[in-house]
Amino acid sequence: MVGVNGTGKTTTIGKIASHLSGEFGLRVVLAAADTYRAAAAEQLAEWADRAGAELIRSEPGGDPGAVAFDAIDAARARGADVVIVDTAGRLHTQGNLMDELGKVRRVIGKQLPGAPHETLISIDATTGQNGLRQAKVFADAVAVDGVVLTKLDGTAKGGIVLAIASELEIPVKLIGTGEKLEDLRPFDPTEFANALLAG
Amino acid sequence: MFDQLSDRLQATLSEVRARGKLTESDVDAAMREIRLALLEADVNFRVVKAFTKELKERCLGSEVLESLDPGQQVVKIVNEELTGLMGGSGRELAFSSSGPTVILMAGLQGSGKTTACAKLAQHLAKGGKNVALAACDVYRPAAVDQLVTVGGRAGAHVYEQGTDADPVEIAAWALDRAREDDRDVLIVDTAGRLHVDEELMAELARIRKRTKPHDVLLVVDAMTGQDAVGVAESFAEAAEFDGVVMTKLDGDARGGAALSVKAVTGKPILFASTGEKLDAFEAFHPDRMASRILGMGDVLSLIEKAEEQVDQRQAEDLQKKLEDDRFTLEDFLQQMRQVRKMGPLSGLIGMLPGMGAMKQLKGAEVDEGELDRVEAIILSMTPEERVNPGVINGSRRKRIAHGSGTRVQHVNQLLKQFEQMRKLMRQMVSGNMPSPEQLAQMGGGGAPRPRVRRR
Repeated sequence: MVGVNGTGKTTTIGKIASHLSGEFGLRVVLAAADTYRAAAAEQLAEWADRAGAELIRSEPGGDPGAVAFDAIDAARARGADVVIVDTAGRLHTQGNLMDELGKVRRVIGKQLPGAPHETLISIDATTGQNGLRQAKVFADAVAVDGVVLTKLDGTAKGGIVLAIASELEIPVKLIGTGEKLEDLRPFDPTEFANALLAG
Repeated sequence: MFDQLSDRLQATLSEVRARGKLTESDVDAAMREIRLALLEADVNFRVVKAFTKELKERCLGSEVLESLDPGQQVVKIVNEELTGLMGGSGRELAFSSSGPTVILMAGLQGSGKTTACAKLAQHLAKGGKNVALAACDVYRPAAVDQLVTVGGRAGAHVYEQGTDADPVEIAAWALDRAREDDRDVLIVDTAGRLHVDEELMAELARIRKRTKPHDVLLVVDAMTGQDAVGVAESFAEAAEFDGVVMTKLDGDARGGAALSVKAVTGKPILFASTGEKLDAFEAFHPDRMASRILGMGDVLSLIEKAEEQVDQRQAEDLQKKLEDDRFTLEDFLQQMRQVRKMGPLSGLIGMLPGMGAMKQLKGAEVDEGELDRVEAIILSMTPEERVNPGVINGSRRKRIAHGSGTRVQHVNQLLKQFEQMRKLMRQMVSGNMPSPEQLAQMGGGGAPRPRVRRR
């Protein structure tokens, strides 16, 4: 899970984990690879608790790649089905942080060939034209498979995902509509189009 | 920041300039470009409409048509109007004469309130204030922990009661404590909330009523789109905010929406948050920002930044050395470190006049790793070599490359660049400013001559 600061990565991960364990009975491991922001791991721990998932974390300032590596190790040892890696929010203009993200992806791929099987970017529905640029740069760095459009419970319609889907061919997969565990839904193009045109 | 908007306006106005004399259809064409650029920059459509209407009237007025250089005059007007749009000249926070000054922070989820609280705390503490923070976000998991950590880093005390208490009560309690502890400033962090969430907006209004803040600041993400205006209107109603903190301005979002917040609510932008670190926070200067949008350079900000960092005596020493042509690699190393203290170089380049138009400088993000390498190379030289690079022969080059973990080519490149730089400096000292081409060449180390757009 990748994205710019404050777009809702950690909250989305909590919701996905809850969905996977609650609905599908899967064993989920969360990797707290945001070792930068203060209390990011504590925030994820709270979500792991709510969702019944296991958390792998390191010291603040630790190597994000190492956290992802350990999480996959732990998941193997415990026979878990899914590992979700939370990463620190970063502006796509920070070259060194984008490189770091690429490294995390490579570490994951080495530890488990074929992984990550799904790389999701969270885009805040209130984001304007800059959202396209965000998606492009993140896609270049870590090959993004889909968008999670968050905060759709406000008045913003998230029209920028239209540009992301048409110019970058990255589909919207999930939408976030609130702060509770169940406030996550599959994206419905018809519903989205209707909402855009509703004025 | 705002790079692309500045490009659009520059391109449009350079066309107007080239014509020399301004006709009404020239003005219309320029207005169309400006309108498009502003919309692409996320400025709200209502604001764009009003802005270009006023702009057009002024551009058609006699002050332009009768001026010797109408193009220049349009630049000036756009600059003035843009400054007006962003809030006139800068405004300071209002401080209470007795008891703690209370600042209430509000905004949407993820706009950067908690980080902005800590940055503001550090900013005020640097100015000699005794600052405390109140942790009133009891909803987001670990928000209190985050404030305690970043607040501590900022040198501010954090009043917190965990997550079981009511935010309104926490705020009132924190204010009592701040009074008892004789704090100068209390910054109240609140939970992010959607402007359509009536319950939470009412809670915000109650916090406001109980703490009677001297300033309520709305935290606005610079990447926000058209929705920013609706958000600002709702927050203006519930929280009656007095000013705006723009966050994430270190990204490449053009930030137009946050600017339209001012136009719609009449509230000025007070602070700009521009990076991951706690000191990446500064007073917002609408007038300077307008000049920057137009590519006229934010030289004042740059000078202020430099003054903060550069030791005055060191600067005088350097000046003397330049005059005497005694500038060495050792001085070069000191200078480089001095400049790097100011922040990422890509940010600094944008502040230099004329640099906005130089594509090759702008697209090329300055590679900080490259600078690390330069440092390593110089550090691998003997003191004699640093003062007198002429002695560095083939075998010394090999040794330096080996010692710094680089290649001989890198050492050669650095020596060549240094020689070019000394040449430029001799020119500058003798009163001739180097051309942008020369400056770019210095950075590129013998790269092909960049093409620079000429007017």
